[in-house]
Amino acid sequence: MENFTPLSALAGGALIGISVTMLLLFNGRVAGVSGILNGVFFAPKNDRLWRWLFLLGLVLGALLFHTGLPEFNMPRQHYPLPLLVIGGFLVGFGARLANGCISGHGVCGLANLSLRSLVATCAFMLSGMLTVYVIRHVLEIAA
Amino acid sequence: MKTNLIALLSGVIFGIGLFLSQMINPNKVLNFLDIAGHFDPSLIFVMVGALSVAMVSFKWIRKLSVPLFGDNFQLAKKTIIDRPLIIGGCVFGVGWGMTGYCPGPVVAGLGLFSVESVVMVVAICVGFFAYNALFERNN
Repeated sequence: MENFTPLSALAGGALIGISVTMLLLFNGRVAGVSGILNGVFFAPKNDRLWRWLFLLGLVLGALLFHTGLPEFNMPRQHYPLPLLVIGGFLVGFGARLANGCISGHGVCGLANLSLRSLVATCAFMLSGMLTVYVIRHVLEIAA
Repeated sequence: MKTNLIALLSGVIFGIGLFLSQMINPNKVLNFLDIAGHFDPSLIFVMVGALSVAMVSFKWIRKLSVPLFGDNFQLAKKTIIDRPLIIGGCVFGVGWGMTGYCPGPVVAGLGLFSVESVVMVVAICVGFFAYNALFERNN
């Protein structure tokens, strides 16, 4: 095991739980980031501003802490560009097909006791683990 | 106005959560998925932290008929386990495992001035447009 950080992970997770609670309690919306980002392009015009603001908030929250703790999360560099481009495409396409990503299914959906979200979360995890196994231990790239 | 402020604030808290939990660090995510190698179980604790808050709060929110500021609750209506759900989940997982990024950390990563995040945001949006071009036209 490497760099195991259960306390900061728990604290950060609790903040994510508070964030999704706020958006549902006050606005009636699910804080699924892929759905919010997709809606910036495809939702009705009058349903777009809050999406931009939520996404802006994501950037500001990270920026705020990055300014105070610049060493805590250093941006990764020199990762193979083809992996990012193809992987990014698959993340976007797959999230639409499954109608949600880790935040939508793995947090909001599971908290709402949705069986669909449980199935989606298991699918992400198993396929993610298998992919990392192939990339790191079979093809031995980007370890 | 009030709902816009909530959206902004909710985003800020989410972004801080991703930063603090280091879910924003793609190598940490890859180590979580690397059960046969550099396994780092920290991200399980992110899920535990988020779900222990949200499971309790959602149980109470479900009793409301309307949200406090918004007009109505907009939740996913589908309940059946269908092929797109499973295939989409697997395709998403392949992309997640190739990069270490899912959509939340990608957007928040822009706040770290991460060049990868810019590449990923564009690639993810291309994925959205491809999906819409292929499937939404028919509906």
